[in-house]
Parts: sequence; C-alpha cells; structure tokens
Amino acid sequence: MQSYEIGLYVFMLAAFLGFELVKKVSPLLHTPLMSLSNAISAIAVVGAILVTGQKDASEMTKWLGFAAVICASLNVFAGYLITDRMLKMFKKREPAQTGNDK
Amino acid sequence: MIETILPVIYLLASAGFILAVKWMNHPATARRGVIIGEIGMVLAVVGTILGVEANYSLIFLGLGIGAAIGIPLAYKTPMTAVPQLTALSHAFGAVASALIGTAEFYEKAPTGFTMAALGTETFLGFLTTTASIIAFAKLQELMPGRPLTYPGQNFMSLGTAAAAVILVAMMVFGTPAPWMFPVFIALSLAFGILLVIPIGGADMPTVIALLNSYAGVAAAAMGFVLDNRLLIIAGALNGAAGLILSIIMCKAMNRSFFNVLFGAFGQVAAGAAGKVEARPVRSASPEDAASILENAQSVIIIPGYGMAVAQAQHKVRELYDILTKKGCEVRFAIHPVAGRMPGHMNVLLAEADIPYDKLLEMDEINGDFPNTDVALVIGANDVVNPLARTDKISPIYGTPILDADKARTVMVIKRSMGVGFAGIDNELYYMPKTQMLFGDAKGFVAGIVKELQGGH
Repeated sequence: MQSYEIGLYVFMLAAFLGFELVKKVSPLLHTPLMSLSNAISAIAVVGAILVTGQKDASEMTKWLGFAAVICASLNVFAGYLITDRMLKMFKKREPAQTGNDK
Repeated sequence: MIETILPVIYLLASAGFILAVKWMNHPATARRGVIIGEIGMVLAVVGTILGVEANYSLIFLGLGIGAAIGIPLAYKTPMTAVPQLTALSHAFGAVASALIGTAEFYEKAPTGFTMAALGTETFLGFLTTTASIIAFAKLQELMPGRPLTYPGQNFMSLGTAAAAVILVAMMVFGTPAPWMFPVFIALSLAFGILLVIPIGGADMPTVIALLNSYAGVAAAAMGFVLDNRLLIIAGALNGAAGLILSIIMCKAMNRSFFNVLFGAFGQVAAGAAGKVEARPVRSASPEDAASILENAQSVIIIPGYGMAVAQAQHKVRELYDILTKKGCEVRFAIHPVAGRMPGHMNVLLAEADIPYDKLLEMDEINGDFPNTDVALVIGANDVVNPLARTDKISPIYGTPILDADKARTVMVIKRSMGVGFAGIDNELYYMPKTQMLFGDAKGFVAGIVKELQGGH
C-alpha cells in the first residue's frame, strides 16, 4: 500500500474517532473545546519546523517556514493557555468566600 | 538515532491529542485533557527539532516570537473577547498551513496526489485566513456586524471558488504555468472575504465553528503533503470537532449550512420587520422587578448576547447570590446559539463564578418552565420567541426555543422595543404575564440587586 493510501485510512479513522469523541462533549464546554482543538491543530508547527529545517532549503522556503513557525507556535501557546484559563473558571460548587460578603 | 524513535514520539503525541479531546467531555476531567495535550505537543516539537538538519536559530527565533505574542494574548484577553481571539487564532493556524503549502509548492514542484493535497491545504488555508480576519473585524466591531450584501453576491462568491478549484485541477492534471499558483492564491484569499462579508453577527457561532473545521482540514492536508501522520490525525480531530459544532449550531437555528453561508438571513427577513406595529406592553421598574423576585421560589435566567455586550455577568452573579440566599432556586437556561460562539454564555457565567451545574441546556430545562415562578430574560430575543412554534410563515418557524413563555411570570430586560436579529416581532413581550424592564442589562440588574439588598 502506498504511503498516501495509508494516510487516507488514518485520516478517515481519526475523523470518525473525532466525531464520536466530540459528540460526547457537554455544550457547557463548547468554547474551551474549540480553543483546545485549535491548539491541537497548531501541530502544524511541526510541519513548519520540518520545512524550515531542510538542509537545502531555498531562501524563500526558509522565510516562509519562519513565518509559519511564528504563526503556528503563537497558536500553540495561546491555545493551550487560554483553554486552561477558561477551564479553571468552571467550578461545581460555590467558592468558599461567598459566605463572607455580608 | 532520532530517526528511529521519532515515529514512536509521534505515535505518543497522537495518543495524547486523542485523550485530550476525550477528556474534554466533562468539566471534571477537562483540565487533565489540556495537560495531556500539552505533553503531546512538547514531545512532537522537541522530537521534530532534534530531527532537522539546518536553520536552528531561525526555528528557535520563530518559536520565541510565537511565545512572546501568544502567552500575553492568552492571559490578557478578557473573557468577553474570547470569540474575537478564537477567530484570530483560526487565522494564524490557517496562514501557517497556507505558507508551508506555498513553500512546498516552489520547493518540490509536486504532481498528482501530492499536488491535490497541497491545493486543498493552501485553498483552505488562505480562505480561512481572510475569512477569519473578517469574522474578527465583525466581532471586534471594526466592521459593521450586519450582513453586507450586493446584487449577484452568491454568483460572485461561488464563481471565485470555482475558478480556484479549476486552477488546482489544471495544476494536478497538467503542468503548472508560472502564473497559475499566484492567481490561485489571490482567488483563495478573495473567496474567504466574500464568504464572510454577507454573514451577520448572530450567525457567527456557525461561521466560527466552520472556520475552525477548515483550519483543521488544512493542517491534515499538510500532513499528506509532508507525509506526516501526526499532522493528519491532529488535523482530522480538529476538522471533526469544528464540523460537529457547526452542525449543532445550524440545528439550533433550524437552518442549513447553505442557508447560513449564502442566505444573508438578516437581509431577507428585513421585509418582515415592516409589519411590526406598536402594541401596548407592560413595563416595570427595578423596584417592581425586585418585589416579584422577592416572592419567587424558582427563577430561570435566560442570558443572551445582550448580557455579554453589557458585561452584566458579574451583576447577574450578585443577583444569583441574593436570591439563592433567600432560598430561591436559581438556574440558567442556555440556548445553543446564545452569544457569538458555541458555549459563549457558559464561559462568561463561569467567569462570574456561577457553578456549572446551574447552567442547563435547552433540552434539560424546557420541561421545568411551567413550574417556574419567574423567567428572567437578559439580552436574549429570538431564542425565546414563541412565534417559532406557531407562525408557519415566520422566518424563525421551527427553530427550537426556550419555553420562557410557559413560566408563571416573564420579565425581559431589554434596551428598547427594537426587533432582534431575525427582524421580527416577539410575541413574548405582549403577553399579559410579561413585564418589560427597559434599560441597560448591567444597570438594570444592579438596580434590582440594590432593591433586594435594601429590603434588609
């Protein structure tokens, strides 16, 4: 089997798996879900590093790759951190200090 | 050495991403999901850097700049601006894919299947970039949020997309002429702009979810170009997540994808707005509202975009505290499309420290309205319009709504009698049991809170 055929199978299985997993996500968390999945697809940073780091890369490739590393890594940092910041706010019980405001 | 363990590292990173999405299904495990996702990302990036052969300084400089912009962005962005930030990050992710596709095109001059994948990557990458920037501008109010339309719009948009697709086909099946790729880039960028300009603010949840999906598919297509399975898996997960969210949003508005993208809803419905006639409503002061709430045993609050605009969530939280202390049961009913992105209201209310088990979905809470003393609508309109159940000619007919009209008393905080996004009158406002509370959401809720506190 050729590499791209394997790739297509991987894509199909991952897409179906993604569907099943995301269907179970509570609507409560749809915003953090979106920022998490965006952070995950910032894995494009791996592609950007591979392209930039080629030994015989042309000047143009180098600089396009560099710009792509910036954009993708920006998403890696911003995506994971803001997802965590949002999730930290979701609490089940009242925080203890609410009893003190009178 | 690194060549032999890199596939294992990528495999572990893929598993990390899958677990990250899986653990997002519940707030109790979600933060664990973020951590495992971060571990996967660190593994993949470190492994990849160890494997490359040149230009290390450029790579580290790029990562450094990304961190220097990304980290403050994540900590400084106010929660009310999360929809804008999300739109912007879709643009960054998409432009990264598009630039890599462009570099690979000129580096490798690909043919056949690889060229088709590269075409998909760059088409989706560039169109998502401009579309997300327009979405950002609309959400940030740098541009009017209403749909901008002109004659022949759909023809123009679809024609641009078709021309781009034809160019890709010519490059896949023939020899690319030098002019083809630049023209293809220009068409992709233009299509992104044309796609989002006619879409109005209230349709943003669907559009943002769809652009999220496109950015994911672009990353997966990059995986095909670079023959990298980790990219394929991560991109497919994101693509699936975005697609499901946009389907949920469409269902919640009882509309099809095509209708959202090419229908320019606000414009079509504007005709119906002309029929709105002045009818008497009962309006009430904060004092009246406070005395009704004082005696209520159960209250359901229905927040909408108006609450987000007025940044009223912290005042709403004070109201929640006071009523809860009096022994009243206060819950929140969240419509799937309330706000400007999926789950927008939940994040704002969580920020205001309201426990998440009080935030209920439409299906969970609709049955409880008949046994509820007060339904308090804050800045929501079309999602509580009973016409959606009864008026067959109404543009919102069939849209699932929150049954606020079934509560014993209905109170609506609203700036004026203006119509909602759909441009139609809301029967709820004219019901005998409805009190209209005219004013700014934040100010009015603060007024009610003051009255309730004053009584003790």
